[in-house]
Amino acid sequence: MKKYNLNHLRELESESIYVLREVAAQFEKPVLLFSGGKDSIVMFYLARKAFWPAKVPFPLMHIDTGHNFPETIEFRDYLMKKTGTKCISAMVQDSIDKGRAVEETGINASRNVLQTVTLLDAIEERKFDCALGGGRRDEEKARAKERFFSHRDEFGQWDPKNQRPELWNLFNGKKKMGEHFRVFPLSNWTEMDVWQYIYMEDVEIPDLYFTHKRKVFLRDGVWLADATFMEKKDTEEVVEKDVRCRTIGDITCTGLTLSKANTLEDIIQETAATRVTERGGRYDDKRSEAAMEDRKKEGYF
Amino acid sequence: MADTKDFQKGYLNMELLRFTTAGSVDDGKSTLIGRLLYDSKAIFEDQMEAIERASAQKGDEHVNLALLTDGLRAEREQGITIDVAYRYFATPKRKFIIADTPGHVQYTRNMVTGASTANVAIILIDARQGVLEQTIRHAYIASLLKIPHVIVCVNKMDLVEYQEEVFLGIKNRFKELSVKLDIQDIRFLPISALKGDNVVDRSEKMDWYDGPTLLYLLENIHVISDYNYVDGRFPVQYVIRPQTEKYHDYRGYAGRIASGTFEPGDRVAVLPSGFTSSIKSVDMMNESLEMAFAPQSVVITLEDDIDISRGDMIVKENKMPETGQDIEMMICWLSETPLLMNGKYSVKHTSSDARCIVKEMPFKININTLEKNYDDKGLVMNEIGKIKIRTTKPLYYDSYRRNRITGSIILIDESTNNTVGAGMIV
Repeated sequence: MKKYNLNHLRELESESIYVLREVAAQFEKPVLLFSGGKDSIVMFYLARKAFWPAKVPFPLMHIDTGHNFPETIEFRDYLMKKTGTKCISAMVQDSIDKGRAVEETGINASRNVLQTVTLLDAIEERKFDCALGGGRRDEEKARAKERFFSHRDEFGQWDPKNQRPELWNLFNGKKKMGEHFRVFPLSNWTEMDVWQYIYMEDVEIPDLYFTHKRKVFLRDGVWLADATFMEKKDTEEVVEKDVRCRTIGDITCTGLTLSKANTLEDIIQETAATRVTERGGRYDDKRSEAAMEDRKKEGYF
Repeated sequence: MADTKDFQKGYLNMELLRFTTAGSVDDGKSTLIGRLLYDSKAIFEDQMEAIERASAQKGDEHVNLALLTDGLRAEREQGITIDVAYRYFATPKRKFIIADTPGHVQYTRNMVTGASTANVAIILIDARQGVLEQTIRHAYIASLLKIPHVIVCVNKMDLVEYQEEVFLGIKNRFKELSVKLDIQDIRFLPISALKGDNVVDRSEKMDWYDGPTLLYLLENIHVISDYNYVDGRFPVQYVIRPQTEKYHDYRGYAGRIASGTFEPGDRVAVLPSGFTSSIKSVDMMNESLEMAFAPQSVVITLEDDIDISRGDMIVKENKMPETGQDIEMMICWLSETPLLMNGKYSVKHTSSDARCIVKEMPFKININTLEKNYDDKGLVMNEIGKIKIRTTKPLYYDSYRRNRITGSIILIDESTNNTVGAGMIV
């Protein structure tokens, strides 16, 4: 091995840590958006690494639709306790109760879009000037255009056609009152990089990512979990299958993968062999060709 | 289940390579990227289905691989690429990050952005068109941004019957032009992105070419030596003071090594104070490293208590950077609002923030002919010129030629906060 050899994961790690430290230095009140999914878990892990032996100098915040896999919440609480970290919960239900958001109805009802309202309100109320997200450019075509430091106007909107050029490692976080930034430290990671990193560093993740038996039903080619608040058509039959999550979101829009992958090695091999994108199972992206771009412009994650 | 050792060797021993692609409109850039992604299996079935659907709806005859990279609604509607898009693929040897920059005339700023972090530039030339004005511009930007390796792909060889003369003619013309440019390493490849010749697999149509394929080059170009391992430069990003019982006296300086190497015991100087000390430890979470090098992010602790804050730089004593407030640079203008002579701007340089005034502009470059213009003062968007600025406080820098991190600087408009200029210190 050559003397100055840094593997791709170490180089990505260095880049992300650099970005996290820039956030701590350039902003007054940043917040790390934590969903309990693997990307935000890795982002939080990198943040702990970036500031060690001091604590992460900003809080975590979970935009909670209330429609979670119970395992996600258990894991979140376990991780917070273990690391001595505080995680703010911003509840979508509160936005609905206050009349700020209106619950969708019908068979495909989801609180996914409503999260934007809760997120923007929480940022404004708590005066956060930067929200760290675990978004990656390889996830979706609109995300491929996203900057590390992404400027949002006073309405929380993203203007994709008019972004600040981002050169070298010089990140411009200057803004006016009321504006904020979204920062994506994992921009250059792929799904595979995240899994390899979890494997290399032995990062703890929820059991949902490993194979387990679950009651599921099939809708438009996507396996969805059966839960009390999930409305089903008569033709949708609930069956038990060996499944795992490739991505964890709200239970209403998280497609499950039929899989027997039981270890991180299995998952990495499955990821290498798969021919469908990670978000292919995300019901929220299937709404239209530009579903992600439209939600992002409004202020989605 | 594979043996764990083999498994780790396969996945945890890959290098990262960042490259950018430059080509004129219709040079086949999207097709080439599509080919690399497709042949390396980075395009998934659902993505393929989505672009097949979209192509059919627009009435395209072929599946339009450009739709893969054109992510924004406006881009798809107008059939143009507006902004730099980043793409990813991997082979067992390397992970690749592609900065895919639009080939449109007015988008020099995007090319500069994409080039700023690239190890390799791929410049595409249409075999039928030969070297165009735009080719010169692409080559110039690659040299200005000091991309260490340039691969010139003469594309669409299938449309010139795979003739060696055509390839050699273009190669020689490019070499003539590039004499004026400062490019360390140039390679030439005859390819057909559409047919796949010499992209991933060797062409059977061009026996006369015995060089490597494009993917082979990308996998094997030596990039470790692109970093500067000589000049120790550590811009301090953030000071870490846990103030807990266990780490009561811990005071660490967090940053990403810009160049050189740092190890415990090294003598260092701290700028601007000039105080010297030696390195006590180089930390990374629970690990203390024997040595760290660019581009690692680490925490450095020193033997002596010195007042150090963000914007300061820890350097090796044997090779000090330049220090000064009067700085000369080549600058690419990125904003619709022109550069103002005597205008004031914010600057960002390493972890340092300052303000500056633009004092002089010796010349600007016609990037299509590379001629210098000494008369026309001021720059509009996409123009490149040389300027002299004076900063409100001293900066610690190296020439961009020597160090892409400590030699780069951005100018920010103080009223809009937009990044308006990309500077390379001379």
